[in-house]
Amino acid sequence: MKSSALKHIRTVFAVLVLLLLAFLFIDFRGILGDKAFGPILYLQFVPSFLKFVIAGVAASTGFIVILILTLLTGRTYCSFLCPLGILQDGISRVGGLVKRRFRRYGYKKPYTILRYFILVITAGILALGGVYVLTILDPYSTFGRLMTYFAQPVVLVVNNLLAGLLGKFDIYSIYRVDIKPYEIAAYIVPAAFLLLTGLLAFRYGRLYCNTVCPVGTLLGLLSKVSLFRIRFEESSCTRCGRCAMACKSSCIDFLNKSVDVSRCVNCFNCIDACKENGMSYGLVRLKQRQASPEETDSSRRTFLAGSLVLLAGGSQLLKAQGTVPTPTKDSTVKEDRLYPVSPPGSSGIEVFTSRCTACTLCVNACPTNVLQPSVNQYGFAGIMQPRMDFHSGFCNYECTRCTDVCPTGAIMPLMLDAKKLTQIGKAVFIKDNCIVKTEKTACGACSEHCPTKSCHMVPYEGNLLIPEVKDDICIGCGACEHACPTRPYRAIFVDGNPVHEAASKPETDELKAVPSEFPF
Amino acid sequence: MKRRNFLRTSLGAGLAAGTFMSLGGYEKAFAGKRLPSGTEYDLIAVMGGEPAAMFDMGIQALGGIGTFVKKGQKVLVKPNIGWDVVPEKGGNTNPALVKRIIEHCYRAGAKEVYVFDNTCDNWIKCYKNSGIEQAVKDAGAKIVPGNSESYYQEVTIPNAKKLSSAKVHELVLSSDVFINVPVLKHHSSAMMTGALKNMMGVVWDRGFWHRNNLNQCIADYALYSRKPQLNVMDAYNVMMRNGPRGVSVADLSNMKSLLISSDWVAIDAAGAKMMGREPSSVEHIALAAGMGIGKMDLSSMNIHRMKM
Repeated sequence: MKSSALKHIRTVFAVLVLLLLAFLFIDFRGILGDKAFGPILYLQFVPSFLKFVIAGVAASTGFIVILILTLLTGRTYCSFLCPLGILQDGISRVGGLVKRRFRRYGYKKPYTILRYFILVITAGILALGGVYVLTILDPYSTFGRLMTYFAQPVVLVVNNLLAGLLGKFDIYSIYRVDIKPYEIAAYIVPAAFLLLTGLLAFRYGRLYCNTVCPVGTLLGLLSKVSLFRIRFEESSCTRCGRCAMACKSSCIDFLNKSVDVSRCVNCFNCIDACKENGMSYGLVRLKQRQASPEETDSSRRTFLAGSLVLLAGGSQLLKAQGTVPTPTKDSTVKEDRLYPVSPPGSSGIEVFTSRCTACTLCVNACPTNVLQPSVNQYGFAGIMQPRMDFHSGFCNYECTRCTDVCPTGAIMPLMLDAKKLTQIGKAVFIKDNCIVKTEKTACGACSEHCPTKSCHMVPYEGNLLIPEVKDDICIGCGACEHACPTRPYRAIFVDGNPVHEAASKPETDELKAVPSEFPF
Repeated sequence: MKRRNFLRTSLGAGLAAGTFMSLGGYEKAFAGKRLPSGTEYDLIAVMGGEPAAMFDMGIQALGGIGTFVKKGQKVLVKPNIGWDVVPEKGGNTNPALVKRIIEHCYRAGAKEVYVFDNTCDNWIKCYKNSGIEQAVKDAGAKIVPGNSESYYQEVTIPNAKKLSSAKVHELVLSSDVFINVPVLKHHSSAMMTGALKNMMGVVWDRGFWHRNNLNQCIADYALYSRKPQLNVMDAYNVMMRNGPRGVSVADLSNMKSLLISSDWVAIDAAGAKMMGREPSSVEHIALAAGMGIGKMDLSSMNIHRMKM
C-alpha cells in the first residue's frame, strides 16, 4: 500500500482514541457509566497484561490481541492506540508548526543499550513482584497522570468560569467544582514526565517511545519479525530523503534504503511524504535489510541518563521528607495509624500495591474525592498509588465506581451488597480528642455520618452522649473521620486493614407500634 | 485554608469581586423584613394521608400558600437532601411533598422557585437518589448546587452566643420567601432533627457548629434575620433511631403526618413529641425557646389537628 490515505486514517483514528481516553480522565461529572470503562480500556497493553497475569483475570486478553497485532503489522499500537504516543504526536506536530517550515527529522541511531536496559529492568523487577518501575514508565498510566494532574484542573477552571457566568443568568446545568490539589510530592513524577515527554516530542518526535518506553521497546522487538512493514520500493525510490525527513521515529536510513522496524511506529508519514511512490507498507520480503545499530549519540544518551538519575535522586529526597503536623491546643493525641487504607475491591494493601500502576483513573472516577494519590503511605515504592484519604472525602456507602473502572485488576469489581460488608479498615476512637470530653458539649458528627451505626452514641456525663465503635459492623468507609471536626488530630480515624475483612451486617429489630393520634 | 486560597486565586480576582458586589447588598435589603402574621393557628398538624395531599389540606387551613408567597416573588424551598438514600429510607424530605409545595408556590404567582441543600454525602448522588432533583424539575423549579464555597456569603448573626457569623448560601440572601421543609428524624447527637437543625444545610462550615457547642449554634442560627416564613415538616416515615442517616427501613415509623407552622421552635417541639420526647429534653429546642426565638409549650398553642 502506497496511499497517503493510510496516514489520514491513522490520524483520524488516533485523534478519536486520544479524545476518548482523555475524556475518561477528565470526566469530572461522571457522564460515562461505570461499565463503559472496561471495553474502552480493553486494548491498553500494560493494564490488560497486569490484569491477566497478576490479577489472573482470564478475560483480560487485550494485550494478547496487541501482541498478535504487532506480529502481524508492527507497532500499530504505538500510533493508533497508545494515548501517550498519540499525545506526543500532537506535541511534535506543534513543534513542527512552531518551526514554521518543513520539519526535518532525519535518520538517527537508536539508543540500543539504554532502551533494552530499561526494558530488562522493568520486566525483571516486575517478575520479582515489584510493579513500581512499570508504574512510572507505563505509557497508559503516564498519560492518565498527565490528564489527571494537569489537564483536568485546566478544564475545571474553564468550567468554573463558565458556571459563574451562567449562574448570573440562573442557569445551573454547569456547576462549580472546587479544585483540590493533591499532596505536592505526588506531582514530582507526573511533572517530570510532562517535561520529559513534552520536550522530547516537541523536538525529536518519538524519541521517548523508542528509548524510554518499555512497551515501545518490547513491541519493537516483536516488530522485527512482523509480517507487514514499511519498506522501500527499489524501483521508484530516488533517494531524495523526504521519507527520512518526515519520520518521527528517525528510523529511516534513506541512503541505505533501510527502515529500523523496531522503531517504526506505523505512522505512515513517510508514505505520505514520498512523491515518487517509493515507500510502501506491505508484506515483508525475505531479503529485507535491517538497520543495524551502530555507534550511538553519546550526548543524548548522557542527557537521558541524567534525567533518569535526577528522577531517582529527586524521589530519594522525597522519601527523606516527612510531614509532621504541629499540635495546637485543640486536639492533642496524634492518630496512631498503623496502615493506610486501600480501596474496597483491592482485597488488601499487598495485593493492591503489587497491581496498581497509578494511572489515577479511579481518583477521577471517585465521586467523593476520597481516593487520593499517596506519597509514602504505602512505602516509597507505592508513590502515586491511590489510597483512601478520609480528610479529603469518605467512601460513599452506595457506590462501587472505583471497582468498576480499574483496568489493571488492582481494584476488582464488587457487587454493592458485597462492598457494604467489605471492611477495608476499622474506626478507632480517641476519647481525649473528642469535643464531648474536651468541651463538654454535644457533637456526634461521626455517628451522624456512619452508614452502619458502628459508630454510635452512648451516655456520657449528664445529658451528653459520646461515640463508641462496634468493630464488627464497621466497614472503614471513613465517614466518621471525615466528619470529625477536631484539629489538627481527629478524635476518630480509620486504621487500614492490611488484608480486607468481612464486616457483620448491622442488626435490626422491630419498632414499637405506630401512633395513631397526635401526642399533643 | 490552602485549598481555599488556591481556589480563590485560580478563579480570578475579577470574577470574585464582581460576584461579591452583586450579592453584597442583599443582606441589608432584607434585614428589616417581618414574618407574615395574622394566621389563626400556631401549628397545623395533619395525619393519615399521603404527603402531598396532607400539604394541600394543611396549607388550606392557613389560607393557602398565598398568605406567604406573593405574585412575582422569588421563593427558596429548602428540603433536607443530606444523604444518598432512596425515598423509602426516610433519610431525606419526601420528594412528592417538595414537588407539591413548589406547585403551590407557582400557582400563587411565584416568579421562580429554587431548591438546594449543602449535603453530607456527595451532592450529585443525594440530589438524584433522593428523588428530589426529578421532583423539582417536574414541578418546573430550579435545583441549585450547594457544593462549592463560592456559593456562600458571610453574614453576621447579632446576639449569638457562639455562632456570631456564618457563610450562608446566596439563595438564602437573594430570595423573597424562604420555605423550610425538614424531615423529622432521630439524630444521634442533637437527639432530633427538624426545622431548626435543617439550617445546617444552608451554611458552608458545619464543622464549626460541631466544634463550638452544636446545640447552641443551632439555636444561634435561628437569630439570623433571614428566617423561613413557613416551615413544613415531613413526618410521613419517621426515622426513630440510627438517625440521621438510618441503617434500614426497620428504623422507620410510618406516622403519615405533616406539620406546618411559621414558628420553627413550635414545629420542632411538636416533632419532638411525635418522636416520644419532651421538647425541653432536646437541648437546641430548649435553648431556642429560652432565647425567645419561638414557643415550645405545646399546651399554650392554638393547634389545628386534622385527620384524613
